Amino acid sequence: MIRFVLQRVLLIVPTFFGAALLTFTLIHMIPGDPIQMMLGEKVVEPARHAAMLAQYGLDRPLYVQFFDYVWHALQGDFGKSISTKNPILVDFFALFPATLELAFCAMVFAIVLAIPAGVLAAEKRGSIYDHTLMGAALTGYSMPIFWWGLLLILFFSIYLGWTPVSGRISLDYYFDEGTGFMLYDSLVSDQEGAFASAVSHLILPAIVLGTIPLAVIARMTRSSMLEVLGEDYVRTARAKGLSGFRVVGIHALRNALIPVVTVIGLQVGTLMGGAILTENIFSWPGVGSWLVNSIYQRDYPAVQGGVLLISGFVILVNLTVDLVYGVLNPRIRGRR
Amino acid sequence: MKVRLITATATLALMMGIGASAQAASTLRFCSEASPEGFGPQLFDSGTTLDAVRPIYNRLTEIKFGTTDPMPSLAEKWDVSDDGLVYTFHLRNDVKFHSSKTFKPTRNMNADDVVFSFTRMLDKANPYHDVNGGTYPYFEGMNMPATLKSVEKVDEHTVKITLNNPDAPFISELAMEWASILSKEYADKLAADGKKEQIDLAPIGTGPFTFVSYEKDAVIRYKANPDFFRGKQKIDNLVFAITKDAAVRKAKLMKGECDITLFPAAADVEALKADPKLTVMEGEGLNIAYLTLNAKMKPTDNKSVRQAINMAINKDAIVKAVYSGGAVPAKNLLPPTIWGYNDATTAYPYDPAKAKEMLEAAGVKDLTIDVWYQPVARPYNLDGKKMGELMQADLAKVGIKANLVTFDWAEYLKRLHAGEAPMAQIGWTGDIGDPDNFLNLHGCGGTQTPPPQNNEKWCSDAYDALLKQAKESSDVAQRTDLYKKAQALLVEEAPVVPLVHSVVYMPMSKKVVGYVMDPLGFHNFEGVSLK
Repeated sequence: MIRFVLQRVLLIVPTFFGAALLTFTLIHMIPGDPIQMMLGEKVVEPARHAAMLAQYGLDRPLYVQFFDYVWHALQGDFGKSISTKNPILVDFFALFPATLELAFCAMVFAIVLAIPAGVLAAEKRGSIYDHTLMGAALTGYSMPIFWWGLLLILFFSIYLGWTPVSGRISLDYYFDEGTGFMLYDSLVSDQEGAFASAVSHLILPAIVLGTIPLAVIARMTRSSMLEVLGEDYVRTARAKGLSGFRVVGIHALRNALIPVVTVIGLQVGTLMGGAILTENIFSWPGVGSWLVNSIYQRDYPAVQGGVLLISGFVILVNLTVDLVYGVLNPRIRGRR
Repeated sequence: MKVRLITATATLALMMGIGASAQAASTLRFCSEASPEGFGPQLFDSGTTLDAVRPIYNRLTEIKFGTTDPMPSLAEKWDVSDDGLVYTFHLRNDVKFHSSKTFKPTRNMNADDVVFSFTRMLDKANPYHDVNGGTYPYFEGMNMPATLKSVEKVDEHTVKITLNNPDAPFISELAMEWASILSKEYADKLAADGKKEQIDLAPIGTGPFTFVSYEKDAVIRYKANPDFFRGKQKIDNLVFAITKDAAVRKAKLMKGECDITLFPAAADVEALKADPKLTVMEGEGLNIAYLTLNAKMKPTDNKSVRQAINMAINKDAIVKAVYSGGAVPAKNLLPPTIWGYNDATTAYPYDPAKAKEMLEAAGVKDLTIDVWYQPVARPYNLDGKKMGELMQADLAKVGIKANLVTFDWAEYLKRLHAGEAPMAQIGWTGDIGDPDNFLNLHGCGGTQTPPPQNNEKWCSDAYDALLKQAKESSDVAQRTDLYKKAQALLVEEAPVVPLVHSVVYMPMSKKVVGYVMDPLGFHNFEGVSLK
């Protein structure tokens, strides 16, 4: 087991280095520099332009910039944003709780609906339930997030008036010092209605962001379930006269869930990608929209630091999944 | 249980709604388009950031709302020396800085604050110069390091600013956000506490609203400054709800989640106008979109070819297709809202037949030329590609085959400034309401070497002389006359095709009272209230 954990942890080092190198190369391949993007149609003297670049250390050879960056990043210093002039960590962690909260709720929404749907579809294979559920899953998976989000806003917020259009909480509530997790902050605050407001603001974005994982998990649950339901021990359990619920819900589902857990881990990466669009539509103040803006502004430190921190988070979640998986399934941790 | 939970949530939501309307009476909610880069008025130059710092600060002079004319603000009056080099400002003595949790001012605004604010940017030895980056893009973009010689305190309420060379628009330039007056007392306290960087993060100004809090990408909160020198505001709170998507801003306004918003999508304007709860204010933007005709390349080095191309472009079609009608065709390179606009010039008529004739007379036949279209939407050009396609069709009618070309925005600008474009779309949004800010983009400053911002690379001694004389004169009538002549010369020489001035829309609830459209494109909430 220790060997397994060590192996997994050591794999993180090259993954991180690769992510850093890739981000660094890609952002520098886009034409333009932060100064030019800041100036737009305005023009400064070439000498002044060079001096401004030098101020950010952007006049040095790329490989020097890269190793310097990695060296500082290893010590926890991701540099300062060129546009806001704040340390990257400050900007990132001001926004990350919002993304985390949204991603968590989207995932809960996806899992809670996807697993029963997948089980039902497998159990009633070929029936109208199966076709409807899997058809809906395919539609959900194929739907552009942007369009889906606006559609929900138009229907639920404008037409029915049930949910707020965007934001994290009504503008009437304001917490002087909070953790950044709005559900928690509003719950512990003594402002009446704050928690309900936070929940109502979270519903649509969580549905939009959770739709693709919901579809993927449901389909995965179904196919994994089908495989398990054909196994001998399930037939035996049925032959013993166990109730359908016990056979499917306890015996089969438990085994079917192993690949599903892996998929859920992998979906965290998808969630982080989807968060960029969802955050933009719902004015959700998370790291996704911050990252997109930083790319537009060629804010190199922000893009590099942001991508690295997000990939760190995704890697960490997948590592946890791997470890949990190892605990659940002794065959995995024993494998060389 | 489930039903009960839903009912409880619904009840709470309902209560929340009622609470919101009761409380909203004194809170103005502005759905803004993006997050500010920060709250240091000297450090940034994007319109979004300047909108966010504007409620907090004042300048020596300011622009009268709804006009482009400077008016006294922190300086109640000023004298200018005969040679136009020395400006003496007499400051108000009743202006208080904001109080915050960590700072309580002990004195009113005075000359020390003004000197500190300018020397922070001007003097590299100032202890605050390098704080938060040490770059002052707008200050530098307006060429202030070269223009300003010194800023000195004469007495408690008098400041003398000396220039290196006469600069007629100087009073208008001082009304810009980079010239905001910061508190020296606050700066000294922060320095003593070892928290210098707070000067741009927890701003202390003299403006109509004090800064309360900022949640990145979510909300900025301000409250009315009870001691504001032009009087306390009618609204108690001002909130910027940052909403990046235009469709969502529209939805929030229609649902009453914000009272006023900006930059609607062109296609949504009609729907917003049709909503009985809303009004849509509109004003011509202080901008211009134009097409450069490179005077250093063949065949556009020939004046009659340039004039012919001016006649070949159908501007009305562009207004309809690209701006959904939200623009006016341009005949000059100056927007009509600015003083000094020459209304007497005549636009080249759209006349493909005549254009073709002129091109043939100039010996231009079977011409194939690159037309660059803008890769990004700008306030003055909403869709460069569509505009390019219209131009391509127009040019085909006069026998010119246009190849549409574009680059990444940064690359586009770099190559354009370097003079590589035969014909290119570009434009300008005014920084200040002074004609010089638009007209100095053209011409060569008395040389034959076009500077980078002269995208059409056309040089004219006569034009340069007019601009120089106007910049050095402080007589507005004389300047107006000179700028009118400069515009007429530009029309006659046709180094560019002036295309359109876009219209800016501000949709708002009918409850909003006293909002004035700013020709400079900023958003002011001083004096705005709710009924």
